[in-house]
Amino acid sequence: MEAYFIAIGIIALIYVILSLGLTLQYGLTGLINFGHVGFFAIGAYTSALLALKGVPLVLSFAAAAALAGLAAWPIGLVSLRLRDDYFAIVTLGFSEVVRIVITSERWLTNGVQGVPGIPRLYDSLGGSVAQLAVLVTVLAVTLVGVWIIRRIAGSPFGRLIEAIRDNEEAVQALGKDPARFKIQVLVVGAALAGIAGAFYAHYITYIVPDQFIPLVTFYVWMAIIMGGVGRVSGAIVGTAILMLFLEGSRFLRDIVPGVSEVDMASVRIGAVGLLLVLFIMYRPQGLMGDYTKR
Amino acid sequence: MSLEIHDISKAFGGFRALDGVRLTIETGSLFGIIGPNGAGKSTLFSVVSGFARADEGQIRLDGQSLDSLSPPARARAGMVRTFQVPREFRHLTVRENLMAAAPKQTGESLLGLFFRPGRVREEEGAIAERVNQTIRFLRLSAVADQPSGKLSGGQKKLLELGRALMVEPRLILLDEPFAGVNPVLIGEIMERIIELNMRGIGFVIIEHDLEALTRLVPQLAVMDRGKVLAQGAPQAVLDDPLVREAYLGGVS
Ligand SMILES: Nc1ncnc2c1ncn2[C@@H]1O[C@H](COP(=O)(O)OP(=O)(O)O)[C@@H](O)[C@H]1O
Ligand SMILES: [Mg+2]
Repeated sequence: MEAYFIAIGIIALIYVILSLGLTLQYGLTGLINFGHVGFFAIGAYTSALLALKGVPLVLSFAAAAALAGLAAWPIGLVSLRLRDDYFAIVTLGFSEVVRIVITSERWLTNGVQGVPGIPRLYDSLGGSVAQLAVLVTVLAVTLVGVWIIRRIAGSPFGRLIEAIRDNEEAVQALGKDPARFKIQVLVVGAALAGIAGAFYAHYITYIVPDQFIPLVTFYVWMAIIMGGVGRVSGAIVGTAILMLFLEGSRFLRDIVPGVSEVDMASVRIGAVGLLLVLFIMYRPQGLMGDYTKR
Repeated sequence: MSLEIHDISKAFGGFRALDGVRLTIETGSLFGIIGPNGAGKSTLFSVVSGFARADEGQIRLDGQSLDSLSPPARARAGMVRTFQVPREFRHLTVRENLMAAAPKQTGESLLGLFFRPGRVREEEGAIAERVNQTIRFLRLSAVADQPSGKLSGGQKKLLELGRALMVEPRLILLDEPFAGVNPVLIGEIMERIIELNMRGIGFVIIEHDLEALTRLVPQLAVMDRGKVLAQGAPQAVLDDPLVREAYLGGVS
């Protein structure tokens, strides 16, 4: 049971790190990134493949962050020219391209068979101690992420990206280039997603392309909408609600007889969708309130 | 030193919103532009500030060509425009709106933010001081810490002026700064503009209330259907037969 909660805790914190990136990108800057999972995937594969080649984990994690961040650069350049809705579609397309590339480039990623045997963190500690050490490490990284995002949000940089969210042309009229800020925001959020991906890969030790479908992106979106867009506390609380719901529905399967795993997966997605609809109808600002209620 | 608008034309589809506009405006002066709705006044500001691309013509500010500059680069060159429909950062407070407008902030770079926190704090203090002055100057103290989206139309106009001032430009383009503002406040904004002008800041002011504008500016131009009909001192311009016919005659 304890192992179960540690496992849930690790996955939840990985989602919190993902939510922090999206909080920066959408909550503060207004960038509709529907391709978050693409950066998560780049981080996961980068660190997994490097680690399997014998690269120390500290370096493979750094490479995961760097490569995911780097991948956001061209997306940032595109975002300068696109309207919000087109940008959303481009990012969604980007994450699907990432998934297709890792599916088809078998020489590198082993295609649909995926990458097995990814080294665990703290493997030498063994069993539950190692698990706990992983939890503590993810928690520490999450807290650093929280600190960074809060620091940005409360700074002149944060003020300006909120201004961009509220009115981009007015920012230009004041002599500031929204493009520069948007690129940085995308890169930072993507680097966080890359780190989350690395933790994910080394935690579950076996990654396949199908783990990186757009549903992951939309879970993160649900988390920040339920928690409260543009708030760090919202990202955390929203992820907690999401995990409760996803995991709670897993328990339901054990209680309700005659429901298959496949049925349950559909029911779960439907239920989470319903939850999201209820939130948007009855508490659009999320549990923690959004940026409109300061 | 002047803003030179040289034979600017701009069409939307087949419609010529600007048709060979030529104007020379002294940078440090108070200059008015009047004309009926749809005359092309706001479009002229958009072209001059770089938000819309001219089909033909050139813009120069104090001898420097602006044609290849982006809107932010034109603002940094010393000319800031405001918008006819206020574009406040509505989730930010009045104070934050003004602070965001201050130029060259170290804390607006991530490197500066994380590696030069002392300098960022120092600058924030100095900016906050300037913002306080601007808030007092524009009589916005009562709403300084309210989200700007909740301000009245007139207060938003003042905020737009305040944000432009924070950039410290030589020339400010105001698009209908008195629209929706109550008469008492109009008098106040005019006083502020005159004060600022005496400190050397130039203004180009679009206004359709002729009477208000003639009280404020020594020079104005009349636009109609994408063209400048006349330019000069208010009385001379208003006596111009073309203007009488096209503008004054057509307005109820
Ligand atoms: N983006 C645009 N697309 C199409 N037509 C436009 C656009 N902007 C302005 N116009 C048209 O150009 C004309 C001039 O508009 P505008 O410059 O706003 O006039 P004014 O500010 O003098 O009232 C109007 O007929 C308006 O409908
Ligand atoms: Mg107009």
